[in-house]
Amino acid sequence: MNDLRTVKNAAWLGWEMEANWADPFLFATYSIVKPISATLILVFMYMVVTGFNTDNAYFSYMYVGNALYMYVAEVLFGVTWVIHDDREHYMTLKQVYIAPINFYAYILGRSAIKIAITTAGVLITLVFGVAVLGVDIFPGQVDWLLLLGSLVLGLGCICVLGLALGGITFLTARHSIGINEGVAGVFYVMSGIIFPITALPGWAQSISKALPVTYWMDSMRRALMPEAMDALRLAESGDITGLGGFSDLYIMVFLAISAAVFFVLSLGVFRYADVVARRKGKIDWTTSY
Amino acid sequence: MRAVKGRAYPRIVGAQREPSWVFFEVVLPLFTVAAYAYVYQFMDAKDELIGYVVLGGAMTAFWLNVLWAMAAQFYWEKEIGNLQLYLIAPISRMSILAGMALGGMFATTVNATSTLVIGALIFNIAFHIVDPLMLVAIFVATMVALYGMGMMFASLYMLFGREAHHLSNLLTDPVYLTSGFFFPVKYLGAFVAAGASLIPITLGLDALRQLFFTGGAEDAFLPLGTELLILVGLCAVFLVLAHYSLRYMEYLGKATGRLTLRWQ
Repeated sequence: MNDLRTVKNAAWLGWEMEANWADPFLFATYSIVKPISATLILVFMYMVVTGFNTDNAYFSYMYVGNALYMYVAEVLFGVTWVIHDDREHYMTLKQVYIAPINFYAYILGRSAIKIAITTAGVLITLVFGVAVLGVDIFPGQVDWLLLLGSLVLGLGCICVLGLALGGITFLTARHSIGINEGVAGVFYVMSGIIFPITALPGWAQSISKALPVTYWMDSMRRALMPEAMDALRLAESGDITGLGGFSDLYIMVFLAISAAVFFVLSLGVFRYADVVARRKGKIDWTTSY
Repeated sequence: MRAVKGRAYPRIVGAQREPSWVFFEVVLPLFTVAAYAYVYQFMDAKDELIGYVVLGGAMTAFWLNVLWAMAAQFYWEKEIGNLQLYLIAPISRMSILAGMALGGMFATTVNATSTLVIGALIFNIAFHIVDPLMLVAIFVATMVALYGMGMMFASLYMLFGREAHHLSNLLTDPVYLTSGFFFPVKYLGAFVAAGASLIPITLGLDALRQLFFTGGAEDAFLPLGTELLILVGLCAVFLVLAHYSLRYMEYLGKATGRLTLRWQ
């Protein structure tokens, strides 16, 4: 019960910090303009090469992947930012630490609000894509069950990975932002976010197939745009996605196992980092040079 | 000059005390660049476009440095209580910012150079530099104008509260888009490209593409000479604006009591 209260209060605090303490107009602009701009970079890259032909399964593949990637980048960033922000900027981490609350519940609450805000960004981007650019998502064709299952398992996986990065943030100086951007960058290249993994060299494809985000992206796309994914899987040049041989069930089981494994690993990393940070006096460390 | 040296010193020393930044600054930025390069490769785009991505990826380091480690820095300095010390010290505000720029330039240059070199090696990019003198002139003009703009922004951030973080975020991806970091800016149309040219890195990148790649002129927005001229003009405009803007914002901050207001 106490943990639930901590999650709720941490989420409220996160929301206040993200939104209400900032100028509402700036916050609203930021929430819409940032994701749309990030996506438009890719749209223009695509258009420079192909002209304005967006009626193509690959365009939808790239667009949807990039929109969903916001979850990976923002949630990983959100979890580590909690540690960095509370420690370096507001200098309240030690107070949170000694408060009679479960620290994991606090992190979970702060992250939950990040997921909610990111969801708004993802939805806005997808709606913009469908309405303006003709992205191949048709509500009647969406596999809602697969979508819900993938979303829950995938977000769970990303959250626990964020926990490990949060632990590492305890031990690093201001470079924590670089860590989560870097890890998110690994997924961006290796997980078939904006191009199919078949474009990568063979050795890199092997790594891709071990990353849960690769399967998460594929299952989300299968659920959202089954027709476009079929077109890519059954292309004349062979399966472009590289994951066409895996069934939906296999992917969901893989995601569930990954989430469980990452949970145990992340908890271990976080606890280790926590002990080292306390031993070395890094809980209230500031490095604002 | 002593103030410049004094403010640059902690950044350089700090970077040596925490050497892990080398990994984060050198290896990690390569991933986004690689992803965009693979997108072009997957679409069988011409080689120059992959080169533009690597060059753009390298230049993001300077934009991020200006945005987060210079403009937004006055906000962080206010939060930790340093800003008031800067203001009572008998030094110019611009020297503090110049020190930040100089101190941060070391890590940023390492980041940009490594992205350029490693990216070029991985994606087999051929650079054809025909006019090295012009290259140096364009790069220096871009940097001076860019950091001048950073100084001007710093005056605004001096008064910002928590929204400083949002504003910096807001100026990241949209600027990558409008300045054509990963594709030639002329494809945005003359109107948007002209507007984006107020950000020095837009014209700097466009000119560097023309100087680095044989096909760069085909994708250029403006001729090289014109871009250099505009960049020199922007240097003067931003440095003068920064000077007056810093003075005005400092006055405003003192008058409204916001210079020492923390955690607002």
